[in-house]
Amino acid sequence: MKVLVTVKEVAEVADDFEIEGTEVGERYLEYDLNEWDDYAVEEAVQLKEDGPAEEVVTVTIGPERSEETIRMALAKGADRAVRVWDDALEEPDLLDVETKTNLLQAVVEEEDPDLVLTGVQAGDDAFGATGVSLADELGFQWGAVVNALDYDADENVAHVHRELEGGVEELTDIELPAVLTIQTGINEPRYASLRGIRQAQSKEISPKSLGDIGLDADAVESDLTLTSMYEPESESDVEIFDGDASETAGKLAEVLREKGVAE
Amino acid sequence: MSDVLAVAEHRRGELRDVSFELLSAGRMLADQTGGDLHVAVVGGDTDGFADELDREGVDAIHTVSEGEEFNHDIYAQAVEALHADLDPQVLLMPNSVNGLDYAPAVANRLDLPLATDAVDFEYDDGLTVTREMYGSKVETTVEVGGDQYAVTIRGAEWPAAESVGDAEISEFDADIDTDTGSVVTGFEEVGGGDVDISEADFIVSIGRGIEEEDNLPLIEDLVEATDATLASSRPIVDNGWLPKNRQVGQSGKVVTPTVYLAIGISGAVQHVAGMKGADNIIAVNTDPNAPIFDIADYGIVGDLFDVVPELIEEFE
Ligand SMILES: Cc1cc2nc3c(=O)[nH]c(=O)nc-3n(C[C@H](O)[C@H](O)[C@H](O)COP(=O)(O)OP(=O)(O)OC[C@H]3O[C@@H](n4cnc5c(N)ncnc54)[C@H](O)[C@@H]3O)c2cc1C
Repeated sequence: MKVLVTVKEVAEVADDFEIEGTEVGERYLEYDLNEWDDYAVEEAVQLKEDGPAEEVVTVTIGPERSEETIRMALAKGADRAVRVWDDALEEPDLLDVETKTNLLQAVVEEEDPDLVLTGVQAGDDAFGATGVSLADELGFQWGAVVNALDYDADENVAHVHRELEGGVEELTDIELPAVLTIQTGINEPRYASLRGIRQAQSKEISPKSLGDIGLDADAVESDLTLTSMYEPESESDVEIFDGDASETAGKLAEVLREKGVAE
Repeated sequence: MSDVLAVAEHRRGELRDVSFELLSAGRMLADQTGGDLHVAVVGGDTDGFADELDREGVDAIHTVSEGEEFNHDIYAQAVEALHADLDPQVLLMPNSVNGLDYAPAVANRLDLPLATDAVDFEYDDGLTVTREMYGSKVETTVEVGGDQYAVTIRGAEWPAAESVGDAEISEFDADIDTDTGSVVTGFEEVGGGDVDISEADFIVSIGRGIEEEDNLPLIEDLVEATDATLASSRPIVDNGWLPKNRQVGQSGKVVTPTVYLAIGISGAVQHVAGMKGADNIIAVNTDPNAPIFDIADYGIVGDLFDVVPELIEEFE
C-alpha cells in the first residue's frame, strides 16, 4: 500500500514580536515541521518498516523555503516528496480549508494512495479541518484525532482510537482508502539520523505549479480574508513579581503560604 | 435565509456542555442576522435531548433519530439534509473532537466557507469571525465571504443557555444511508492509576519548558518540598515522561485546585480547558507574551532553572 502524508511547514512566533498590519513581522518567525505532522510522518514510516506500506510520499503546500522542512521528513524515512506552489498562492494571508482541499485533492488523485495521514491541526492557523474536508472531497473514509492505529491488511481496515475529550477514546473501524488525522502521542517521532539526513539529499522533491496539477488560479480564491491581527487582551490582572530569581521565588513562596497550600 | 442552525453534541447518553453554549452563541448570531434559531440533535435519546435543549431563545428543535452514538457519516448526512430543508444563513457546530470529525465534511459538501474554532463573531451584512493563531499568541478577525457560512465554536467561550424555553420540537425525517464506511466499536477510558490530580489542592504542573526528562527530578524536588501534586501539559505525557493520569487539559483531566503553578507551560487552549477553574493560577515562563499570563493571577517572567531551585530552598 501507498501512504501519503501531508507535511506543513509552520511558523512559530518568537517570545517578543511585533505585528505589522495583519502579519507577525517576518523577522519574528521561525519555521519548523508542524508538530502534528511529525507524528503522522512517523506513523507512515512505521507502516513501511512493519510491512504494510511500500512507499511513503509527502505532500506540502509551500514555497521553496519549505524544502528544508521537507528534507527533515525525508530524512526520517519518507521516500519522496511533492511540493505545490504557485505565485497565485503568495497573495492570500490565509489559505482557507477549501483551497487546501482543492490542491491536496489534485495531488492525491495523481498519486492514488491507499491511506492519507495528516496532522490533527497546524500549529499556526489551527483550522484542524483539512484532513476531513479532503476525505469528503475524495470520497474516502476518514477519522479525526487518531491516537492509535492498527492496520489490518486482510480486511483492508484501519482499527483506530479517536481521542475524545476528558480521557475517553472511541474505538472505530475505518475502511480504506481513508484519511486519518493524527494526534500527538500516537508514537515517538524519531530524530533524523546523520545517515538519514545524508540520504535525504538525494531523494526527490518534485515542485508542482497549479498548472502541473491541472488547476488554475480559481482554485485558490480564498473565502476568508484576514482583516486584523492583535495581541489578545488579558483576562486577568496578573501581578508579575519582579526582581532576580531569589526575590521572585521569595514572593512566590509568600503567595503559596498565604493561600495555605505550602508551609 | 437569515436563520441559524446549531447542531448539538451528546456522548454516552448526555448532552455535552458545548451544546448549551451553542444555544447562546446561536441566539446572539440569530439576533444579528434577524432570523430564527434552529437546533438539531442527531441520534441517541432525541426526545429527552430535545426537552433539555428547549431553552430560552431557541425557536425550533429538529430531532433526527438515527444511531445511538456519534457517527460522522450519519451526522454529515443529517446536517446536510436539514441544511437543504431550512436553508439557514449560518451553520454552527462545536469545535470539539467530534465536531472536527464531521463539520469540515459538511462544509465541503454544502460548499460553505468554514471558519473553525471561533471565539467570537459578528454579523453585519457579512460575517466576521474572531480566531486565534500561533498557539493563542495572536488574535485575528477574519471576514468570511459568500452569504452562507459554516462556523465551529470553541467550548467555554459563550455562557450556557439556561432558562426553559418554548421551542417547537419536531422530528425530521432525513433519508440516511446507514451503510457507513466507519463503525464505532466501543469506548475506552484512559488515564486511571495511582493519583487523582482532580482532587489535589496544590498542583505543580510542568510543560515543555523542562526540555529533557533528566530535568524532571528538579520539579519532583519542588513537589516534595511543598507537598504538592505533580501534573503536566500534554507533551510531557506524549514523551512518556509522566503517565497519562497526570495530564491536565481537554483530553486529560480537569483540575480545580486552590493553586495551580504552571512551570514552562505556554497556556495553549487545550491545556487551559483543564485548569482555568483553579482559584489561583501562577505561571513561571521565560516568554512574557506566553498566553498563560493572560489567565494567571501571579507570574514570574523568568527561567525555571533559576527560579525553581530558589523556590525549593524557600521550603526546605
Ligand atoms: C485535540 C487536541 C487535544 C489536546 N489536548 C491537550 C491536553 O489535554 N493538555 C495539554 O496540555 N495539551 C493538549 N493539547 C496540546 C496543546 O495544543 C499544546 O500543544 C500543549 O498544551 C503545549 O504544551 P506546553 O505548554 O507544555 O508546551 P509549549 O507550548 O511548547 O510551551 C512551553 C513553554 O515553556 C516556556 N519555556 C521554555 N523554556 C523555559 C524555561 N527555561 N523556563 C521557563 N519557561 C520556559 C516557553 O516560553 C513556552 O511558553 C491538545 C491538542 C489538540 C489538538
